[in-house]
Amino acid sequence: MSITTVSTGHESEVSTSAHGHHEGHHEHHHEESFISKYVFSQDHKMIAKQFLITGMIWAVIGGLFSVLFRLQLGYPEMSFPILEDLFGKWAAGGRISNEFYYALVTMHGTILVFFVLTAGLSGTFANFLIPLQIGARDMASPMLNMLSYWFFFLASIIMFASMFIQTGPASGGWTIYPPLSALGQASEGSKLGMDYWLVSMAMFIVSSLLGGLNYISTILNMRTKGMTMTRLPLTIWALFFTAVLGVLSFPVLLSGAILLLFDRNLGTSFYLSEIVVKGEILPNEGGSAILFQHLFWFLGHPEVYIILLPALGMVSEILSVNSRKPIFGYLAMVGSLFAIAILAFLVWAHHMFVTGLNPFLGAFFVLLTLLIAVPSAIKVFNWLTTLWRGNLRFTPAMLFAIGFVSLFISGGLTGIFLGNSTLDIHLHDTYFVVAHFHIVMGVASMFGMFAGVYHWYPKMYGRYMNNTLAYIHFWVSLVGAYLIFWPMHYQGLAGMPRRYTDFSNWESFKNFGEMNRFISTVAMIVFVVQLLFIFNFFYSIWKGRKVTSQNPWGANTLEWTAPIRPGHGNWPGEIPEVHRWAYDYGKDGRDFIAQTEPISDSESKH
Amino acid sequence: MTTFFIVAILVLAFILVFQISKASEYVSVLKGEDKTFKQNNRINAFLFIAFLVLGLAGAWWCNEVFYDRTLLAQPAASDHGEKIDTMLWLTLAVTGLVFFITQIALFWFAFKYQYTEKRKAFYFAHSNKLELIWTVVPAIFLTVLVGMGLFYWFNITSDAPKDAQIVEITGKQFNWMMRYPGKDGVLGRKNYRLTDASNGNALGVDWEDEASHDDLESTEMHLVVGKPVQLVINAQDVIHDVGLVHFRLKMDAVPGIPTTMWFTPKYTTEQMKQLTGNKNFVYEISCDQMCGSGHYSMKGLIIVETQEEYDKWLAQQKPQYMTVSAAKKEAAPASADTLQTKLNVEASKPLAKN
Repeated sequence: MSITTVSTGHESEVSTSAHGHHEGHHEHHHEESFISKYVFSQDHKMIAKQFLITGMIWAVIGGLFSVLFRLQLGYPEMSFPILEDLFGKWAAGGRISNEFYYALVTMHGTILVFFVLTAGLSGTFANFLIPLQIGARDMASPMLNMLSYWFFFLASIIMFASMFIQTGPASGGWTIYPPLSALGQASEGSKLGMDYWLVSMAMFIVSSLLGGLNYISTILNMRTKGMTMTRLPLTIWALFFTAVLGVLSFPVLLSGAILLLFDRNLGTSFYLSEIVVKGEILPNEGGSAILFQHLFWFLGHPEVYIILLPALGMVSEILSVNSRKPIFGYLAMVGSLFAIAILAFLVWAHHMFVTGLNPFLGAFFVLLTLLIAVPSAIKVFNWLTTLWRGNLRFTPAMLFAIGFVSLFISGGLTGIFLGNSTLDIHLHDTYFVVAHFHIVMGVASMFGMFAGVYHWYPKMYGRYMNNTLAYIHFWVSLVGAYLIFWPMHYQGLAGMPRRYTDFSNWESFKNFGEMNRFISTVAMIVFVVQLLFIFNFFYSIWKGRKVTSQNPWGANTLEWTAPIRPGHGNWPGEIPEVHRWAYDYGKDGRDFIAQTEPISDSESKH
Repeated sequence: MTTFFIVAILVLAFILVFQISKASEYVSVLKGEDKTFKQNNRINAFLFIAFLVLGLAGAWWCNEVFYDRTLLAQPAASDHGEKIDTMLWLTLAVTGLVFFITQIALFWFAFKYQYTEKRKAFYFAHSNKLELIWTVVPAIFLTVLVGMGLFYWFNITSDAPKDAQIVEITGKQFNWMMRYPGKDGVLGRKNYRLTDASNGNALGVDWEDEASHDDLESTEMHLVVGKPVQLVINAQDVIHDVGLVHFRLKMDAVPGIPTTMWFTPKYTTEQMKQLTGNKNFVYEISCDQMCGSGHYSMKGLIIVETQEEYDKWLAQQKPQYMTVSAAKKEAAPASADTLQTKLNVEASKPLAKN
């Protein structure tokens, strides 16, 4: 009861009919309390914002961790007393300890892959865009949707808590290969921190499944009249395949994680066999450490597409809108998304070429892996053709979309090296891999996310973000991304292994000290500029320039037919009907033709 | 104090940038949004082309500075490594071509087709012909890469030649241990439950197997130049990886599942010192699979030498079994037979629970 009283003052866009007599009563069903509007909200738009802001908090933490371990790599001989003040024994003498370094690396990977680029990216945009772009009032099950966020929140709390336990968080790398992750004797991070990690991931997987099932059923069942599947914007297609990937692959990780919990705590031997650790002979026999890698990568590889596909979809949409041209080859774009989604399940063992995998089996994985380059090439050439002879408006979203294409090319091409088992023998687990996946999965998807945030911010908050800050953000990020990751290919070609805290004792790898210093410096600058984005984001929620037109970008899709600040239910009256695909830009001399406009007889066919 | 100043400067710079950006927004409102939009569009279009030019120049410069420090600048030290280098250059040529074409097209289009009032965007929704071209052409290139790659892959992962020297390498946190089969050419049986480092059996060799009696143990790996070698790879605690950068090879060491890899070293350590111009050159074994807090320090050494040098080294080695029995004799004088029984008794003791 008391909660409802707190709320009413905040409401500005709720129907005013209830106003005269609201003190302490709650017979007004349209009146939302603070709790039901901002906390346990079932409105997909609010849930999207919750995912986004939680993801941003995680991104700052994960990014800060990378700055810390880059400090160690860039300046191995220096000491920073402030680190000891902040982290105590983990940075005794102002130097990052080995355990701390590995904990930072592991948490950086876990946070960015799962909490930022999975939950933060598809959680945000699937929630925000699916109902708005297909013409639905909300998700199929708003309740499960809300639970999806709160399971993510729970996972976040557990993962965050794991950083404060005495033996530290998980530190065996984000891939948590057993036996290292199964044996507390083998590493500090494999003690309690690892259990926290596994429980947190289990919660995360529940969240992901609740969300994914919801996205799929909403897209299949709740499209508005006239919205056939082939009229869906590419964002929705991409989010649909993302959800399918997640639903089919995350349960496999859950099973892998549960078996690992059993091995850790119940004395089973799923992954353990013939182990002598620190002189102690363990009784476990007959398990297979490689089994875990199969289970992990059966999720792990689709996972990188779960991260990438939403970005592919949003970039397609944004490029088309701001080129004032239809996306080139819509069906080929859908087809290539489909091909990527199928192939995503058939390539997992390319992470395992050097585990002793049967070479004959490996051959199939080489073939299927390199096959992904074909749909990827189709996408790139189609984007280039979309830009060709367009009339390009460089909104911040468009800049990030173009940056995305550049990064997708650069990082995608190095995948052709690594997917080829012959070259993988040489390049596996070197900095070449670090450069590859950071560009194509990390930074590119991040760019997709930024593009999405800048493009749909007016729809989310009814205000614009500051353009000048956005331009600075884009140019520093793009230049910084290349300055950081381009040179790493050279380290990789020198054979430098990943996950080394210090190279100074290696005759083979010690030639890159100055490069490491350079990379670390750039990484810090790029990190600070991301804070500028965060600042811009929050400042603009309250102080940004107000959106005055319902359709500020002149776009065709349905979300721009809703009010500037849509309430729960999205459209005040009837849900609009759809008569055409989403990409009639520049047709018959008209700048754009919204999806809601009926096809006239005089119109040319495309 | 310096930290404080750095933080203060950063905060001030942050505020400054923010204020300028805020002011620019007001200016744009005053100037007219349309005018500002066009101006910004021109600036960004110019920046794209500048980024392309400077980026290509930067890539060239980066190559100038760092090429010599990569392994591309020195010959592969094994026969398999040479194949891998060939494949690398082929892939580099194909992807390099695609890289330059697509990146130049991307940024050139961004500049060329920047917004002007004069142009209307060209309505061009699809073209089956174009789409077919860029499905088929990449598919052909990839077929070549897959074909070549698999040819080399099967070659490299084929069975080792019969006359290959066998060396066992075992990883544990955080070092490598080698074992040579001795004169009989057979490695003695192992049982991990017999592992007892303090009594000279760090590898868990079963002394009951007579094949183990002439096995040699070493902390360095000695190889003969030009002679094929087959590594039998083990791990005791967690997964490690035998990374041999100069040979361009790598194979995981997995507890409970032995793996193998074979190659033929092409140059002795001395020859590599000449070839690389580095008088401190050594063949290093790096652990390439995250294995715990000392992962970065898990180094092993390989010495590639001529047959004579190798024979000389071999002659100085004493089988581990002899060392162990000698130590046992010293501790409690007993015949070899009783030593045998004693070891067996120890092995059959119930294991300590973890």
